[in-house]
Amino acid sequence: MTAFKSLSVAMFKGFFRERVALFFTFLMPLMFLVIFGLIFGGGSSNKTKIDVVGDGPVLTALGSTGIVDFQRVDSFDKAVQAVRNGDVPAAISVQGNEVQLRYAASDTVQAATVQAVVGSVIDHVNLAASGKPPAVKLKSQQVEDSSLTAIQYLTPGILSWGLATSAIFGSALTLVNWRKKQVLRRIRLAPVGTSTVISSRLLVTIGTSVLQAILFVAVAMTPVFGLKLAGQWWLALPLLVLGSLSFFSIGVLVGAIAKSEEAATGITNVIVLPMAFLSGTFFPLQNAPQWLQTVSEALPLRHLNDGMVDVLVRGKGIEALATPAAVLIGFTVVVGFAASRVFSWEDS
Amino acid sequence: MSKGSTIVAEGLRKRYGDLWAVDGVSFTVGEGEFFGILGPNGAGKTTTLEIIEGLREPDEGSVRLFGENPWPRNTKLLPRIGVQLQASSFFEKLTAREQLETFASLYGVSSAKALDMLELVGLTDKADTRENKLSGGQRQRLSIACALAHDPDIVFLDEPTAALDPQARRNLWDVLRAIKDRGKTIVYTTHYLDEAEILCDRTAIMDKGRILAMDAPATLVRGLDAPTHVMIERGVIPLEEAKTLAGVEEASDDEVSLRLSTRNPAKLLSTLAERGALEGLQVRGATLEDVFLELTGREYRA
Repeated sequence: MTAFKSLSVAMFKGFFRERVALFFTFLMPLMFLVIFGLIFGGGSSNKTKIDVVGDGPVLTALGSTGIVDFQRVDSFDKAVQAVRNGDVPAAISVQGNEVQLRYAASDTVQAATVQAVVGSVIDHVNLAASGKPPAVKLKSQQVEDSSLTAIQYLTPGILSWGLATSAIFGSALTLVNWRKKQVLRRIRLAPVGTSTVISSRLLVTIGTSVLQAILFVAVAMTPVFGLKLAGQWWLALPLLVLGSLSFFSIGVLVGAIAKSEEAATGITNVIVLPMAFLSGTFFPLQNAPQWLQTVSEALPLRHLNDGMVDVLVRGKGIEALATPAAVLIGFTVVVGFAASRVFSWEDS
Repeated sequence: MSKGSTIVAEGLRKRYGDLWAVDGVSFTVGEGEFFGILGPNGAGKTTTLEIIEGLREPDEGSVRLFGENPWPRNTKLLPRIGVQLQASSFFEKLTAREQLETFASLYGVSSAKALDMLELVGLTDKADTRENKLSGGQRQRLSIACALAHDPDIVFLDEPTAALDPQARRNLWDVLRAIKDRGKTIVYTTHYLDEAEILCDRTAIMDKGRILAMDAPATLVRGLDAPTHVMIERGVIPLEEAKTLAGVEEASDDEVSLRLSTRNPAKLLSTLAERGALEGLQVRGATLEDVFLELTGREYRA
């Protein structure tokens, strides 16, 4: 076995025999995927629930819009009380031709929705009752839009986040640990080049990323979550390698700077946690304020995430990898250069 | 400077801040020799070793290892030297066998020879035990085996018996003797004087960065006009009275024994015999401790 192979094997074994590392790398992101997938997986925003008293054609028309869910109560006072308590955003009473609507002032969006829907239904009923033909005709049709279901943005998001976290932690901690235990020094006493040591650690990082990808996507594709991979999903593999490379180099820089495992862990958390939230990992950034989206563009995780979403779910081709590849490679070069200046084989 | 010496060190000096950790150290080591560098903690032993191994650059002086300069990293020399660092530098969670295989392959050596080393250090039955499950003595033995995995010509051991219990230490002495029997040159540091006396062909006694004396231990001891130490059980004779006994040069006591130094052991022993004060009698000739005391004027405290 060559030095490269045996160092890689040694690192792999060291990693896989460490239960804590296995948990944080595979189990924890998977838990996030499953939990968030289940919480947010119920399709797009749920129907608005309102309390109703009475019956009539208005109510039937209201029910058929598919926007509101009825909860029947026996008295209007009870319904209004429920609105006051915040249990429901609105209460409606239909007695023959008289419709009473009470809505909560606090949730303006839901209140406006209910008002608009009820108003529109009543107008329709009135128009139909008057017998006059409508002055304005409305033609509407559904368009495939670019918004995603929960599992569709969660899977690439959590995969990217999990990959980034374990890549940085893995390489940083290995370096700090080996430097402190003088393993690096011992290796230096053998005729082994720096590139062999670095590239074997990189191989382990990439291998781990691939395993994470297989695990997370497999779980996401189970019927519970029902993820369907897009046409050119295999483009995720080169993206995976580039992402691993980029975050590996960040980890090497952290490992070169940090003087202890605690310091390495602390620095990595400071980097990874904010980056995860700002990169569209757990929720899409479409509705975030503009300045946040701009900051996000500077983060490699954001671009890895975008790339993953594009090829895994949106069905885009290789052109979708252009920006992410450029950013990730650029990061690797800059950070890798910085790391090589700071790196030392020994502590003193 | 003898031709063909494995190591030739001349005038080595190394400073850390204001402190000269190594202050003018010169010595040679021949092939197959068991050479010990001996001294209390902080004497500069480890730094000297690191300079010879090529891990540190001396501020002054020169080193030739197999005729070559080990600094900066000399890849020609690396396969010929084996180093056991003070720390137990193992790959985490790997078994003893896996450690050896990994280290061997760093040198491009097949692992068959490496496993032979497990036998040499007496760890064959621990071959499949992970490093974190080995005892302190077993870890030391494993790290020596790892230093030998690639069959080097010379092996450097930095305090291999430190922090071991007496039994483990003695086991390690057997290992070191076995390595010597294989014809390897051994350069080793220790702060245990008794060990150096037993194991080394030659020792250099170091203190405060300098070599005070260098020769075979027996020769160093014989060269002293050193007193004999007579020890009896404490309390048999009160200390103040002991000091006045004929032939006694120095007397001291500790919790266990009364220690008398004399250059006339026959006289002192017969005096003690007359008084029937021979309980717990031990007689000891001069040792390297006495050499150290003679050289530095200080008692040896590791």
